[in-house]
Amino acid sequence: METLSIYAPRLVTKRQSFTPGHRACSGCGEALAVKLVMKALGKDVIVVMATGCMEVISTQLPYTAWEVPWIHTLFENAATVATGIESARKALIRKGTPLSKAKIVAIGGDGATFDIGLGAISGAFERGHDFLYICTDNEAYMNTGIQRSSATPFGASTTTQPAGKVSFGQGTWKKNMPAIAVAHDIPYVATACPSYPFDLMNKIKKAVAIEGPTYIHILAVCPTGWRIPADVTIRLGRLAVETGVFPLYEVENGKYTLNYEPPQLRPVIDYLKPQGRFRHLTPELIDKIQQRVSQEYARLKEKVTQ
Amino acid sequence: MGRRVAFESSCAIAEAAKMANIDVCAAYPITPQTHIVERIAQLIADGELDANYMPVESEHSALSGCLGSSAAGARTFIATAGQGLELMHEVVYVASGMRLPIVMAVCNRALSVPLSIWGDHSDAMAVRDTGWIQIFAENAQQAFDLTLCAFRIAEDPAVLLPTMLHIDGFHLSHVIEPVLLPEQEEVNEFLPRYHHPFVLDPKSPVTMGDFATPALYTEAKVGQDVALRNSLKVILQVFQEFGERFGRDYSPVETYKTEGAEVLLLTMGSFSEVAMEAIDRVRGAGEKVGLVRLRLWRPFPFEQFRQVVNQARLLIVLDRALSFGGPGPVCSEVQAALYHLRQRPQVVGFIGGLGGRDISVEGFQDMVHRGINKAKQGKLGEIEVFDVREQ
Repeated sequence: METLSIYAPRLVTKRQSFTPGHRACSGCGEALAVKLVMKALGKDVIVVMATGCMEVISTQLPYTAWEVPWIHTLFENAATVATGIESARKALIRKGTPLSKAKIVAIGGDGATFDIGLGAISGAFERGHDFLYICTDNEAYMNTGIQRSSATPFGASTTTQPAGKVSFGQGTWKKNMPAIAVAHDIPYVATACPSYPFDLMNKIKKAVAIEGPTYIHILAVCPTGWRIPADVTIRLGRLAVETGVFPLYEVENGKYTLNYEPPQLRPVIDYLKPQGRFRHLTPELIDKIQQRVSQEYARLKEKVTQ
Repeated sequence: MGRRVAFESSCAIAEAAKMANIDVCAAYPITPQTHIVERIAQLIADGELDANYMPVESEHSALSGCLGSSAAGARTFIATAGQGLELMHEVVYVASGMRLPIVMAVCNRALSVPLSIWGDHSDAMAVRDTGWIQIFAENAQQAFDLTLCAFRIAEDPAVLLPTMLHIDGFHLSHVIEPVLLPEQEEVNEFLPRYHHPFVLDPKSPVTMGDFATPALYTEAKVGQDVALRNSLKVILQVFQEFGERFGRDYSPVETYKTEGAEVLLLTMGSFSEVAMEAIDRVRGAGEKVGLVRLRLWRPFPFEQFRQVVNQARLLIVLDRALSFGGPGPVCSEVQAALYHLRQRPQVVGFIGGLGGRDISVEGFQDMVHRGINKAKQGKLGEIEVFDVREQ
């Protein structure tokens, strides 16, 4: 990861193509992530968005928060719509229609990516279209009211897998979506978090410069769904990385690089404790999560050294 | 002048897509549609058509890919059938709501279950309310001609609505017939390159597919409905121009021997050609019968339909789809269209030709006679499934 300096922020454009005034909750990590993504992408981009929080908060008729071409059609098909745009533009340019350059970027939440749209994403990656797919992962269906998805972490309480007298909430481990993307042999896969804005923006720039399908997985802290105060979004994102719950890494043509390696991982309890969705967890369950996180992190480090 | 070739109807549609110089075709394999897109893929592979073929992983993605393609300004073609059209159902609504002039060929197929790959109109009727223009073809020449017309209608700046061309699975899709092909220059003149007024382009950003609160949803949908109703004017113009250029005339409601007919039979799609034979025979036996062939299903051509049928005493309607628990969809539409007229024919409905079950010339003769008898006995509201095995 690039060394942070006090000058670095000054190098970032002030231009915002995802403009303020939208209806996101205060402290929304996803809106922050999308803002940074758009700063990194610039103007020459076509954005395709899946149904979800970001679509609903940014495009209520007759308003729009978007200063770049933007299209939303359905929940599960953002990747496919993006590939349709890419195919169309390639055909039109080949047949003599003068079109300006545009990067094609699809954005979907964890529900759109892990669950309902997984087949469409797999097809789009397999067909090898030149586009970037970004998953903004806030670990549940927040737009519809905090229902569990296959991105919801073990032990989290959601409205459809709530903690109760005989249940501790989500009983399954989070699906490894970046690994699924890597399994498609696409040239670039990375994880990012808006708590590390320069790392995030660099990865976006890197991804769109690469020909072919690319995937970036962004952890988007959600104060509403995670039951945390709105002013700890950045801190929670950092804790996710520092505890090894959400390591920042990239996979270029199958080669793994860890972008930020803390000298020593913090215990996961530091990350779990501030969050209302984990407040019911017993020490035994926290131990279980710690074991799993340590194991996954060790496995990732093995891949890095390979 | 063009040339006369023997073409399977599916290939005739592919040829029309080629002559329309499509930019993108997205499709997923499904019987009985596959011959259309296989042919398009081969034309691309042979360098005869410069287009991108998207071999997607489902029909939902096939039409989703077309949404993106059409929104980016490309001439976009898709073909499907039966279950495929059902799997893309929610996307079908989006294409019309976003005013994307995609052209879709549907080789009409029965819906599961039981699984049937054979034809009926269940799939067409299931998308009746999706806001697409729906046109039915009866033979290979029409399949070719109406594909060209479909692009011209869909892309008209006053329309900008997706258009479906229906051909009966197997009964028409797999039938080889002589087709007159025009010269490429003639097609280019009839169907020039199109430019959608709103495309996804960084030079002039637009936001497509917003969400609407109750304060604006109604207005958005009414705007769409008005556009579909108004498209009838353009459809008539396009059919007229096509007739002037190519010498083959089309109309939203077509007729066969309806002059002075007291009894009319109404059909849609390829069965109409068999019904014509039956009309000839029944006429020969002295009955004053005629045939009405509904070409345009949506927007429903109310005025043209009423003009054609209002002098008749009896209208016998064949539906090739069941609306479980109610009358056939075409029959209920027709009855609604006639209800307010002072002078109107009585209506008798039949349901038949389901899941590829053929109706022969003798079958249609029988249907006409049964219809006349039912009217005489006053059994007008009764819904009869034609040619159904009792045991």
